[in-house]
Amino acid sequence: MSNNQSELPILQVRNLKKYFHVAKGTLHAVDDISFDIKKGGTLGMVGESGCGKSTTGRLLVRLHESDGGSINYNGIEITKASHKDMKMLRTKMQMIFQDPYSSINPHHTVSSIIGEPLKIYKKVRNMQEYEEKVRSLMETVGLADRLYDAYPHELDGGRRQRIGIARALALEPQFIVCDEPVSALDVSIQAQILNLLMDLQESLNLTYLFITHDLSVVKHISDDIVVMYLGQIVEKANTEELFKHPIHPYSKALESAIPIPRLNARKERIILKSEVVSPIDPKPGCRFAPRCNYAIASCGESDPILREVCPDRFVACHRAEMFV
Amino acid sequence: MDKILEIKELHVHYYSNRRTVRAVNNLSLDMQRGRVLGLVGETGAGKTTLALSILNMISAPQGKIISGSIRFDNADILGMSNQELREMRGKDIAMIFQDPMTALNPVLTIGEQIAETIFKHEKVSKAEAWSKAEEMLETVGIPGVRAREYPHQFSGGMKQRVVIALSLACNPRLLLADEPTTALDVTIQAQVLDLMRGLIKTNNTSVLFITHSLGLVVENCDEVATMYAGEVVEYGTVKQVFGNPLHPYTKGLLGSLPDYSEGSPRLRPIPGLMPDPTNLPKGCYFSPRCPNVMPQCHELHPENSSIEVHLVKCHQYQENLHVEQSI
Repeated sequence: MSNNQSELPILQVRNLKKYFHVAKGTLHAVDDISFDIKKGGTLGMVGESGCGKSTTGRLLVRLHESDGGSINYNGIEITKASHKDMKMLRTKMQMIFQDPYSSINPHHTVSSIIGEPLKIYKKVRNMQEYEEKVRSLMETVGLADRLYDAYPHELDGGRRQRIGIARALALEPQFIVCDEPVSALDVSIQAQILNLLMDLQESLNLTYLFITHDLSVVKHISDDIVVMYLGQIVEKANTEELFKHPIHPYSKALESAIPIPRLNARKERIILKSEVVSPIDPKPGCRFAPRCNYAIASCGESDPILREVCPDRFVACHRAEMFV
Repeated sequence: MDKILEIKELHVHYYSNRRTVRAVNNLSLDMQRGRVLGLVGETGAGKTTLALSILNMISAPQGKIISGSIRFDNADILGMSNQELREMRGKDIAMIFQDPMTALNPVLTIGEQIAETIFKHEKVSKAEAWSKAEEMLETVGIPGVRAREYPHQFSGGMKQRVVIALSLACNPRLLLADEPTTALDVTIQAQVLDLMRGLIKTNNTSVLFITHSLGLVVENCDEVATMYAGEVVEYGTVKQVFGNPLHPYTKGLLGSLPDYSEGSPRLRPIPGLMPDPTNLPKGCYFSPRCPNVMPQCHELHPENSSIEVHLVKCHQYQENLHVEQSI
């Protein structure tokens, strides 16, 4: 029973939609996606620019209002939560942003950036408690105590990202949306931050949605993965299974595009045709079909539905059986 | 072997706020004709500065090539007149910049930009230059009729194809590719690299491939040089360097990467940060972060040790070589 407890989803997303109205029509940023995130686990979300992964992250913490579907967080419906409930919920759900240069206020000191949520939510009673809490957060993320009164411009990207992480942790959340948290960092710094995120997850029992375009990173950190293409989920699987045997032709191409820094690891690279088509008013039919090496005429006729093609493997492809 | 480029004891400094940034420090590097040399290292290692130095494009007063020599096919680049440099740039040595969004002129059509390069460097009429520009676009997979379009009408991947067409238009002997695919999505990166590999091979172009991705080096390069704090700390064939990495920094870079096939639970990052280039540490520049640091590392700057053509700048191996020699 206790085993099952940990398997319970902390977050259930059903038929989530977000459309943006632009001059040329309706941009289908997130188009009817459903997934669960297990408590204490990490769900990796991968896809290329413009596939809707950041929009999804923002919808989950309600930085965007959804245009349909539901987001159930521990029994609370986020899309319908009142302003007051949302304020409470935001202490439980936090976000770490991609760019450590633009996501922190350059006019504030390190301590005031990290401590701001504590003040807003009145989590501390006096200055002494505030200072102690901020210093302990800095220690948790590996920021030296002497940086307490430093300004962001004095710090490098890795340290700035640590500030972003400390700020996200200030209210002791359970769930964090990590939106490309290491993409702007050099590899040696990236590794430091990934280790930190994994250590924090273990010690604080955090749940992550980890959004990235870097497959080697997502493979390292995630338990499960959803692959997105033009606002839709094309494949959903356990990380190990997905990398061992990607089923959707797009997942296959992504997997084959990972450059491996090892001799004799060279493998058959799948080169896709052309480029991503526009997400504005997409035509019916499989959105990947124009680039797919396996597309047949009928692929353009109807939308493929995400279905379980073998145990725990969900694929949205008309011809999925061919690849199982 | 036939060397196309020989860089000897190059020093490049930048000046800001009365402080001197030592961007390239006593760097020597050779490139073989018809080969692809990968140049890896993190932000601030001096990779782009090196590429700009090869074109003699470090401009005063912000920066200066202090000393050293760069010989390209036996011509002394640092001694060339402005006229000679203009003739060489874009014709003999071309460069692909990292960001295709800013590398193109937004108010000229892409055809005009490619044709201009051809017209300047080759004895052709404007009409001939234009038709050659269309031809180049076809080579990189863009229909020739699109030559009349402006950069904003193309996607990121297509723009980088345009930049590649532009850089290869005059069939250069040396191509400097500065992170050519970093700004692109992975599937587009695969397309662009596939295209580049083909063109380089057909034209027997020598390439300096600057990247921070070790995976791309293994897949695209013949030789590799690791840069750290403005110097090359390790050099060898891809087989030597990846089969048997010697320098602790190269090892550290490899250890920082998520292990794709084995899924080790923790990464092994390099502790600390790159040194401040205005205040480089005494001795070996990597010594403050090095896991194998020895007392002399803090005092003496290491010289190159070589094991055949595999070069490494680290005291550890000087020791070993001494030991081997004394035996």
